[in-house]
Amino acid sequence: MIRLNTEDYPWKSGMTVRSLLDEKVFTFRHIIVRVNGEYVPEEEYETQLIQDGDDVIVLHLMAGG
Amino acid sequence: MGAILKEYRYTPAKIVRGYSGKSLYINVSDLRIEEKTITEFMKEKFTGGKGFDLWYLWNAVIPETRWDSPENEIVMSVGPLGGITQYSGTGKTLVASISPLTDIPIDSNAGGYFGPLLKFSGWDAFELQGKAEKEIIIFIDGNNGLIEIKEAEEYPEDSHVLAEQLTREYADDENDMVNVSVVCTGSAAKHGFMGMLNFSFYDPRRQTVRFKQAARGGLGTILCDKKIKALVVKYKGVTPNLNNAADLATINKVGVKYHKEMHDLDSKQNKMRQIGTANTVMIMSQYDLLPTRNFQTGGDPEVVKIAPEVFINEWLTQGLHDGCWYGCTMSCAKCADHFLLTSGPYAGERVTVDGPEYECVAGLGANLGIFDPQAILEENFYCDTYGIDLISFATCTAFIMECRQRGQITQEQMGGLDLRFGNKDAVLELLHLMSRGEGFGRLAGLGIRKLKKIFVEEFGADADLLEDIGMEVKGLEYAEYAHKESLAQQGGFALATKGPQHDEAWLIFMDMVNKQIPTFEDKANALYYFPMFRTWFGLVGLCKLPWNDIVPADNHKTSEPAKVPEHVQNYVDIYNAVTGEDIDKDELILQSERVYQFQRVFSVRMGKGERKDDYAPYRSLGPVSREEYLSRQDLYDKQLSELQGLDPEVIDLDEKIAKLRAYREDQYEQLMDAVYRRRGWTMNGIPTPERLREIGMDLPMLLEVVEPKL
Ligand code: SF4
Repeated sequence: MIRLNTEDYPWKSGMTVRSLLDEKVFTFRHIIVRVNGEYVPEEEYETQLIQDGDDVIVLHLMAGG
Repeated sequence: MGAILKEYRYTPAKIVRGYSGKSLYINVSDLRIEEKTITEFMKEKFTGGKGFDLWYLWNAVIPETRWDSPENEIVMSVGPLGGITQYSGTGKTLVASISPLTDIPIDSNAGGYFGPLLKFSGWDAFELQGKAEKEIIIFIDGNNGLIEIKEAEEYPEDSHVLAEQLTREYADDENDMVNVSVVCTGSAAKHGFMGMLNFSFYDPRRQTVRFKQAARGGLGTILCDKKIKALVVKYKGVTPNLNNAADLATINKVGVKYHKEMHDLDSKQNKMRQIGTANTVMIMSQYDLLPTRNFQTGGDPEVVKIAPEVFINEWLTQGLHDGCWYGCTMSCAKCADHFLLTSGPYAGERVTVDGPEYECVAGLGANLGIFDPQAILEENFYCDTYGIDLISFATCTAFIMECRQRGQITQEQMGGLDLRFGNKDAVLELLHLMSRGEGFGRLAGLGIRKLKKIFVEEFGADADLLEDIGMEVKGLEYAEYAHKESLAQQGGFALATKGPQHDEAWLIFMDMVNKQIPTFEDKANALYYFPMFRTWFGLVGLCKLPWNDIVPADNHKTSEPAKVPEHVQNYVDIYNAVTGEDIDKDELILQSERVYQFQRVFSVRMGKGERKDDYAPYRSLGPVSREEYLSRQDLYDKQLSELQGLDPEVIDLDEKIAKLRAYREDQYEQLMDAVYRRRGWTMNGIPTPERLREIGMDLPMLLEVVEPKL
């Protein structure tokens, strides 16, 4: 289990930032990802592994409309 | 063409630090023209733009005033930052009046050149009062200090022909056409309550007149009722410092930094320069936020047919600068050129269609079940030229279609019009009927609130069902976002002062996806900060889009990325540089709150603006029908079990819907309480004297309104 945006979410072996975003259909381009508080640049989405128990924040930056 | 009825000569005031210090008043009943002074009191309490509009409007009307009372005014103002050319989005005109849809003050903003050219002609604000005997055109020549009122009955009605004709007539030659801007509406505005105002700008590359709209709340209907066919302003000589800013160097510096960001980052972020606001259509569908078939669901597999790429690749001209005021490098005012119309009075003609913006694709497309880009562009064109607010039209038509789907109204009662989801021909025919004021077109233009009454009283429809599915609050139709799963956005719409428009707050991602505002207090804080912050754009004459439709590359490092702190600081710096004042970001919010609270008290004065007026239709809060529940059964069952401790396996569908409804309605009540507390209102939604005192707005005229309500 990981924490995703403050809620529990099932963890899978081999999970990366990219696979998590795909699974959640988080397609908005304008996002910020932090794993355990550390910012993950977009270039590292494919390679950054998410471990069981990690705290992942995916912030969608749109508060306007 | 048209006899001159009145001429008035004036000396254009010089603009100093963003203000000309003068406003123009015209009473079209007796053709009286007066000059007023912008007082220090007005600047201190109301800043400009929408603030000035509301101040003048308050002084013009009484509580009994309705939209068509002669004393109702249309007021417009561009604000102290309006017209600077060094930053993006600096040409917005704010318009206010008492709305035919809501009976309270409506405000709406538009790009185009009218507001800045009006200010450069010497006027910070412009009041129109009274009703003319015959149709008139008002012309302001800012270079020569001349105002001319003339008869207008021989001029065409529809915006694309009228504005083109007036631009040619008042320009000295082809090169002069960029110096002319027209405000007008169209043939449908006088037959219904959702008429809008087109604000023109001449596009020399395309050699055509283009438009941005002050669309919401029936402003075009009021213009028609005053028998004003058009307003025309002409000013030649726009240069970078006509505002005589206190500190031009700072404005230039902030502008250069911002333009570099636009240049480097737009293609990686929102692609505003390729597609404009419609870039989010697919995203909204993927997040279940695209209103589909009257907000029943939040997306549809067919949405790929109206995806941004379809418009970019097949319809919208690329590579041209599409700013709606000088200096806007966001340049999002896209258009489809040489578009061939297939229906209506202009069938067979090729035209330029301004848009489509997000609201257009979502509203005239998905929300009507129409997944055809060509049909959407044709609807877009006819809404614009006929002077129809496409948001109200789309949401109202979606409501009618659902009434038909659920057997609440028959095809016969619609005069034979086959208004069912997906029938683009019937929608276009409805627009043409509205333009001619015929048949069902007359009814449809009245808006959802009045239609609900008519359908119940005359057609025997189910009143409770219509209350649930009619997407309006305070009489204004909802803007185009499905938002059932975001409690904060339910409040963002229904607690908005003028009615459910998203220009106060768009909190869906913060709330529903990011989970950044989990408690009622968190949501209330967001429903305090964002409406206050966004009100400020309307006080100073700015477009909201450059604030957060692009963000600095290092925005993620800030503690509050949703607020885009660097851009907020840009606005503080530019405001200080233009006006010579020394505000900070907190003072910015205070400027906004003064006007925000004033507008709420104004609504109370006009008979709305209390708790009873802030309730949302249930479609906004949760699933009304069985199909809606079943479309997201897993989610709703999970909520029943996790939030209410119920076992969905042992409850039948109707009971599940009822239980969920009771829970969500209670959540909404609690949200209202929290927001009212945060905004300094009583539990009945009335701003308290204490709060008004804290922000320096304990004016006797406001206290007189709120004190009897305590
Ligand atoms: S961002 Fe778009 S709407 Fe705003 S001023 Fe620029 S072109 Fe106009």
